[in-house]
Amino acid sequence: MSDRGRFLFRNARIIDPASGRDGEGELLVADGRITSLDPAPEEKAGAAAVDLKGMWLVPGLIDMHVHLREPGFEYKEDIESGSRAAAAGGFTAVACMPNTDPVNDCKEVTAYMVARAAGAAVRVYPVGCISRGNRGEELAAFAEMKEAGAVAVSDDGRPVTDSGLMRRALEYAASFGIPVISHSEDLSLAAGGSMNEGRVATRLGLAGIPAEAESIQVFRDTSLAALTGVPVHIAHVSTAASVAVLRMAKDKGWPVTAETAPHYFTLTDEDVASYDTNAKMNPPLRSEADRRAVLEAVSDGTIDVIATDHAPHASHEKEVEFAAAPFGIIGLESSLPLSLELVRQGCLSPLALVERMSAAPARILKVAGGSLAPGAPADLTVIDPDAVHTLTPENLASKSANSPFLGRELRGRAVLTMVGGRAAHDPEGLLRGLGN
Amino acid sequence: MTGKKSFSHRHVLAMDDLSRDDISLILDTADSLKSISTRAIKKVPTLRGRTVINLFFEPSTRTRMSFEIAAKRLSADTFNFSASTSSTSKGESLIDTVRTLAAMRPDAVVVRHAASGAPAFIAGCFDREFGGAVSVLNGGDGVHEHPSQSLLDLMTVREAKGAISGLKVAIIGDIAHSRVAHSNITGFTRMGAEVRICGPMTMLPPAAEELGAKVFTDPKEAVRGADVVMTLRIQKERLRGSLIPSLREYAACFAVTPELLALADPEVVVMHPGPLNRGVEIDSRVADGPFSLILDQVENGVAVRMALLFLLLGGKEGE
Repeated sequence: MSDRGRFLFRNARIIDPASGRDGEGELLVADGRITSLDPAPEEKAGAAAVDLKGMWLVPGLIDMHVHLREPGFEYKEDIESGSRAAAAGGFTAVACMPNTDPVNDCKEVTAYMVARAAGAAVRVYPVGCISRGNRGEELAAFAEMKEAGAVAVSDDGRPVTDSGLMRRALEYAASFGIPVISHSEDLSLAAGGSMNEGRVATRLGLAGIPAEAESIQVFRDTSLAALTGVPVHIAHVSTAASVAVLRMAKDKGWPVTAETAPHYFTLTDEDVASYDTNAKMNPPLRSEADRRAVLEAVSDGTIDVIATDHAPHASHEKEVEFAAAPFGIIGLESSLPLSLELVRQGCLSPLALVERMSAAPARILKVAGGSLAPGAPADLTVIDPDAVHTLTPENLASKSANSPFLGRELRGRAVLTMVGGRAAHDPEGLLRGLGN
Repeated sequence: MTGKKSFSHRHVLAMDDLSRDDISLILDTADSLKSISTRAIKKVPTLRGRTVINLFFEPSTRTRMSFEIAAKRLSADTFNFSASTSSTSKGESLIDTVRTLAAMRPDAVVVRHAASGAPAFIAGCFDREFGGAVSVLNGGDGVHEHPSQSLLDLMTVREAKGAISGLKVAIIGDIAHSRVAHSNITGFTRMGAEVRICGPMTMLPPAAEELGAKVFTDPKEAVRGADVVMTLRIQKERLRGSLIPSLREYAACFAVTPELLALADPEVVVMHPGPLNRGVEIDSRVADGPFSLILDQVENGVAVRMALLFLLLGGKEGE
């Protein structure tokens, strides 16, 4: 067993935004915790050495936006398979959205998820509903859900239409220190749409979702953050106008953070052009100008976090007419290489990448991890930035394969995912036989 | 019909897929097949032994019948599958329905479906799973395309005007929700005509000008000097979506009347894909007037669909 031993990671490029460090060094792990960076000789005596020449060693990646589909939709994904997919993608923790069946709007469902996650490969943090039944009418019991293990509240997938209720949600959540994540979408503008409104949608004869369906609500939600003084986190930002609103909000000092997903800075609505239902998600893939704006916002920090919005669906659900297909794509096992592309393009420093994928989500969700500070749990990701692999349905850990990146050659991947000092993903056997 | 070898398509899914040469070939073929329908014995043996399935998931009388007549005049065996009498009403998925049909070994399937892209989806399934043995003809999908309608419109205009290039074509109506308009914008533009689209802005598609049409909200501007005026059926269900406040107001502002037509070229022709809402989008004096080509459109519909079936199936082995 290699679990919870004493490991000395050597010759790695250690990237830790919390301390600003990006350079070669050693990291000592013992009893599931980070003991020290660059340990003294007497400290590391007896530790099993792991040579990470050419690798990056970073605080465990955290995906603050996934759908694990349990309870209710276990044929798409469950907590076990989803957390294996997370580990395979280099994530040591995920926050799972509440649109399950039943929805996670009470402590019983939260507790069920926490119990199901007990043996999972990675840390699983449930997100509770903002409204009871996810109906957008009355507040769910935030304090009870937090007590049961929820780390945030969100009405992801079915956003709160009532601005008054959203205001109360922010105020009430602040009373218990629970972060609020907003899926910002004006449902009346988006109604009936299945892809981005514009030239491609018109050519394909598909009803469009205008960019303004998002940016109008981003303005509402950031304004409510200003009104209440309570932080709001905007999920899956996809448009240039939303970026402009976020920039304005941050300039004014409003308490706002935001995330996007790799597909929004990688693909555009042109990628829908053969009615590919694996390119259908909400918000939809946008125009090239939007893609560039999102990329720039990730680069300059206007967008704080890269999440995935991992949304598994079974093949029979996606093998249908475009308008009838459900929204959503998987992302856990493609996020890291697609995000590393930004580093290769010079849009993001390695430190900033780790900030967006680890430190920032930990800070926003107020969960452990996100840094290599001594004493912290040994949640670590080792990245081979140049490893090349091709995404196929067969090599995915997820139960579902609804990805527009299938068949694409991806560069960079996690070669070790360590959660609390244990290997959650170790395909090359870096820790095999090293227990002590 | 020597040119059939140059028709390189397995499916006809969208005008957008057809080149100018493809369209000319289809129209030339249709011209030469048209006379079959005026003979005493309206049948040739060209497609004897071929099987054509009409797979209609949306109600349709005229398109389905036009395809059926076209196939029968070429001696193909035809079968009709309509959603209301089939397993789709029992919840079968589209892909399972089409796999079942493909296993019956048809040569061509004509698809009408409410979802844009459904014929392309079906064609993809046939190509992957049945080795490309089945041709798919789009009989109208959602608000995407209705290529056989556009081709019959092109044929009708070419017949009446001698050529399409250089003509000014005004299309008035609910452009955003019309697959006929979408196909015709592409079809007429590709053949060198100037296409103008007109309706209240609620009925114009986003980014309409990027399709290559000139966009108008004033029908007088759209019709001025036009060689062809085409008007589209206003569907009453659009009232619910707040696209227009009432049919009365729509008719007052956008109906094609003799007064409006007076602004067009003196030799103007008027077209409508049917069925007509008389007094809403078209005045009866226009529909029944000397400029109307509405019944020529229906007649040419059979010829164009014969041409499509001939070009897709006529060259196959085993004749």
